[in-house]
Amino acid sequence: MCVTCGCSDDAQTIITNLETGDMAQNHNHHTHTLPDGTVITHAHGHAHHQDVSQIHAKIHNTTISLEQDILAKNNLLAAQNRGWFKGRNILAVNLMSSPGAGKTTLLTRTINDLKQQLSISVIEGDQETMNDAQKIRETGCAVVQINTGTGCHLDASMIEKGLQQLNPPLNSVVMIENVGNLVCPALFDLGEQAKVVILSVTEGEDKPIKYPHMFRNTEIMILTKIDLLPYLQFDVDRCIAYAQQVNPHIQIFQVSATTGTGLDNWYKWLTEKNNL
Amino acid sequence: MHELGITQNIVAIVNEYAKGAKVNRIVVEIGQLSAIMPDAVQFCFDICTQGTVLAGATLEIIAIPGLAQCRQCGAKIALDKPFGICDCGSVHLDLITGEELKIKEIEIEEICV
Repeated sequence: MCVTCGCSDDAQTIITNLETGDMAQNHNHHTHTLPDGTVITHAHGHAHHQDVSQIHAKIHNTTISLEQDILAKNNLLAAQNRGWFKGRNILAVNLMSSPGAGKTTLLTRTINDLKQQLSISVIEGDQETMNDAQKIRETGCAVVQINTGTGCHLDASMIEKGLQQLNPPLNSVVMIENVGNLVCPALFDLGEQAKVVILSVTEGEDKPIKYPHMFRNTEIMILTKIDLLPYLQFDVDRCIAYAQQVNPHIQIFQVSATTGTGLDNWYKWLTEKNNL
Repeated sequence: MHELGITQNIVAIVNEYAKGAKVNRIVVEIGQLSAIMPDAVQFCFDICTQGTVLAGATLEIIAIPGLAQCRQCGAKIALDKPFGICDCGSVHLDLITGEELKIKEIEIEEICV
């Protein structure tokens, strides 16, 4: 503990101003006078004591101004993942949807159809079971399962660990199948180059405006199970209009992973994206 | 229920900054377009702070309303969801506020003076 001011210098508090990048942790005592005449001698530079700053004034009211982004740690790890992918020329795609929309079916079909052209490996996210990973494994491609337990989404740290296990080859594609959920995965950057949302026609055409966060930040929407349209009351045009209202830049592919309809567009996008 | 993870992040960050000092108050900014429910964060807060220097601290949440600017005509529009249509008919909106998720300030008991 500091004998002059009593603050705990051994705690080594470092406060970084995220705007300027300034850091302070030195411990040089100095004295100054507050407006009410109180003279304070204290250690300067325990980060919270920065000259000419709001932080400096506030510390005397015991308040530390932080401005710390709560998702900063995840975003940093995501940026590291992005660099990792880039350095290896790997295309990482984050596939998101509600449970049962058909992510795994689309994925296994995609892997089987593109086997000769693309080297694809998979990070599979689910709360429980290895079921989907086993289905993917049957295609012969490398897969790592991440079980999140109670977690409702994958985060950048899980991807980092998953990649260490997966060890995907250079110049390949990593498909990340997120936990089935249209809410939480939208908030967490994984370091992927593209987010793809899969919506099946059995779910209702208003999903894009009901879950706007998910549809707002995705590059692609794959409207799947379109072979079932004759049996449903699903207004495709309205669904597309909703998606474009939420995200004017969204590209939409209408596909059936069962019959193969429309998959060419998806494969073309994937192949072109991989060659960028 | 991503709010549980978010709240754990808040506790971890504040814990790191407090360096063992008791924390009395935390002010968090949550944008109304951020898909984070303030009530859920409040609910998780007491549980997540148990046994930490944040135990018993007050959590204040400042809700930041959504505001966007139209790319076509430049008008500013208040939003209560992360998309909308401008009076000029454009849906090309850039969000200005409403997506915040920040720890604004913390108040600790142990200070230098």
